[in-house]
Amino acid sequence: MAFNYDKYLRVDKMPTLWCWGCGDGVILKATIRAIEKMGWDMDKVCVVSGIGCSGRFSSYINCNTIHTTHGRTVAYATGVKLAKPQAHVIIVAGDGDGLAIGGNHTIHGCRRNIDLNFILINNFIYGLTNSQTSPTTPRGMWTVSQKNGNIDPTFDACALAIGAGASFVARETMLDPKKLEKILVKGFSHKGFSFFDIMSNCHINLGRKNKMASAMQNLEWIDSITMPLRKWEALSDEEKKNVFPTGVLKEVQEPEYCESYDQIKAAAQGKRAKLTQDDFEKKI
Amino acid sequence: MSRIVISTGNELAAKAAVDAGARFFGGYPITPSSEVMHEASDLLPAVGGVAIQMEDEIGGISAALGASMTGTKSFTATSGPGISLKAEQIGLGFIAEIPLVIINVMRGGPSTGLPTRVSQADIGQAKYPSHGDYASITLCAGSLTECYTQTVRAFNLAEKYMTPVFMLLDETIGHMHGKAELPDLEEVEASIVNRATFDGAPEDYRPYDVPMNQPAVLNPMFEGYRYHITGLHHGPTGFPTEDAEQCEFNIERLTGKINTVAAQNDGLDDLPDYEEVLMDDAEVCIIAYGSIALGAFEAVQKLRAEGIKAGLFRPIMMWPSPEAAIRKIGERFGDKIMVTELNMGQYSTEIERIVRRNDFTRLLKANGRPIAPAEMVAKVKEMM
Repeated sequence: MAFNYDKYLRVDKMPTLWCWGCGDGVILKATIRAIEKMGWDMDKVCVVSGIGCSGRFSSYINCNTIHTTHGRTVAYATGVKLAKPQAHVIIVAGDGDGLAIGGNHTIHGCRRNIDLNFILINNFIYGLTNSQTSPTTPRGMWTVSQKNGNIDPTFDACALAIGAGASFVARETMLDPKKLEKILVKGFSHKGFSFFDIMSNCHINLGRKNKMASAMQNLEWIDSITMPLRKWEALSDEEKKNVFPTGVLKEVQEPEYCESYDQIKAAAQGKRAKLTQDDFEKKI
Repeated sequence: MSRIVISTGNELAAKAAVDAGARFFGGYPITPSSEVMHEASDLLPAVGGVAIQMEDEIGGISAALGASMTGTKSFTATSGPGISLKAEQIGLGFIAEIPLVIINVMRGGPSTGLPTRVSQADIGQAKYPSHGDYASITLCAGSLTECYTQTVRAFNLAEKYMTPVFMLLDETIGHMHGKAELPDLEEVEASIVNRATFDGAPEDYRPYDVPMNQPAVLNPMFEGYRYHITGLHHGPTGFPTEDAEQCEFNIERLTGKINTVAAQNDGLDDLPDYEEVLMDDAEVCIIAYGSIALGAFEAVQKLRAEGIKAGLFRPIMMWPSPEAAIRKIGERFGDKIMVTELNMGQYSTEIERIVRRNDFTRLLKANGRPIAPAEMVAKVKEMM
């Protein structure tokens, strides 16, 4: 039987404002299937989005939803989660949202290892506002804000998340929705900050000016720059330069922030001694 | 009955927040407000709440707004530069109608300005902190006791009107250490206002479907009433719209729920919006607020000792300003009014607007130093 998305969607908000062939819809559906797999009660789920095409994600999914300002999703979500630790909180932000204007919050969300699920929809461009360069726009591509070609080095979002201390980091593309769903379930099940770099297409505002005017052409390009981790590891350093590994790139158990905060509460309430360095396996 | 405590303005503001029911603080260190956060980091976990030092000022207010959206009373504390950074999120608080108390312990500006010195130059910023149209509620503490009582009031107003509320302290009052008389906890608890909730069927819930000049009804999250919060203009259900009539209604309602309501009801609550001292027989009126009002009170006494019948008018509710009372002062005292404040005349301009005259005296200072009572006495003597 076909999966019934209606239960999870605000059907009256359809059709979405996303362009024909946009990957955002595929990611929305994969997220919904992952939520179903998790068995989460939608009354207990909160989706926090930012500004851009991905910002509208929160309008379409039928749960507690917050459409915040540009770049601040992680900070708003941190407040939601700390106030209501039992809630399942999913952040949806774009590459500009999460890596440029909101980069600082992303870094520190990862560092705190708070139990948030951050879906970064990475389409390599500011799509909604007509093609400005984002931190992931490949060098040499045309953007409306760099009409003579982008010279800015590109961000490896997963390397950032790993370096900043996220305990679950994965990359997938919207080319394989089944795989995407699986990796989301894996990350949603993980206790701690789960970061997903989901590569997606924007054939309208990235593709048209960069020789991939159709969704298919844009997706073929994404396919050409990604490779499963195991295969990627076999590449030479020279070959690795232009290919991103996909799959789970990091999965470790680290103290989760809300749980650590429970210790602060216990100490403040005299139920335990104040925390010292001895309370932590990793002290520095 | 009351409680006598020895404390500072900043610590009393934090204590008041917790007593008023706040269970979340999000902030970032900044002089001269940091002690609010220091105190919150101790008081909140003790009552099951959370205080988090975020990565920056924007993160601090964003986390506090996120927590408030779940139904948890929240606050942040900062100083002028922090308000500048928080401005966009304050705007989201206005349009999405999220209760939040923002404690601003004022220091000298602009920019980094005079971090450790006193100022009252954020009065204008408190009225229009963010872009767009809205109405702000701003209280200003004039004593250690008021750092407590007015902060409690700020939480109650935030919940009643579903909006961010500014609680202004200045560096002097924030760092002042001394005796304060606080109302008993039972009295405080009896005064607590909690945001209204909708109890009908979830499918009938329309959070922003409220009449003109009424605040939105935002239920706590995760209790079965799913809805959408956005910084975009939105219709009755909370979902984005660009409908011209709806957008106009939104702005009229956001400003009206505070300005119109205050004008119609002579204030936003039953508490005094200003204090008058020795005004009955006064022939000259000093208008001062915040820590400067403490000096102004001394000046009034000194003037009276010298035979000049001076009185003090001290606004507490800065925005919306106590217009009717200020208008009466204008009618009664004419040009025998002296407004004194630690900026280049930000509130004097509001007085000028209300009394419709500009021939009154201003005693202003914006160099990070307070205004001594002797300076006020000398200035009043020049007027007489």
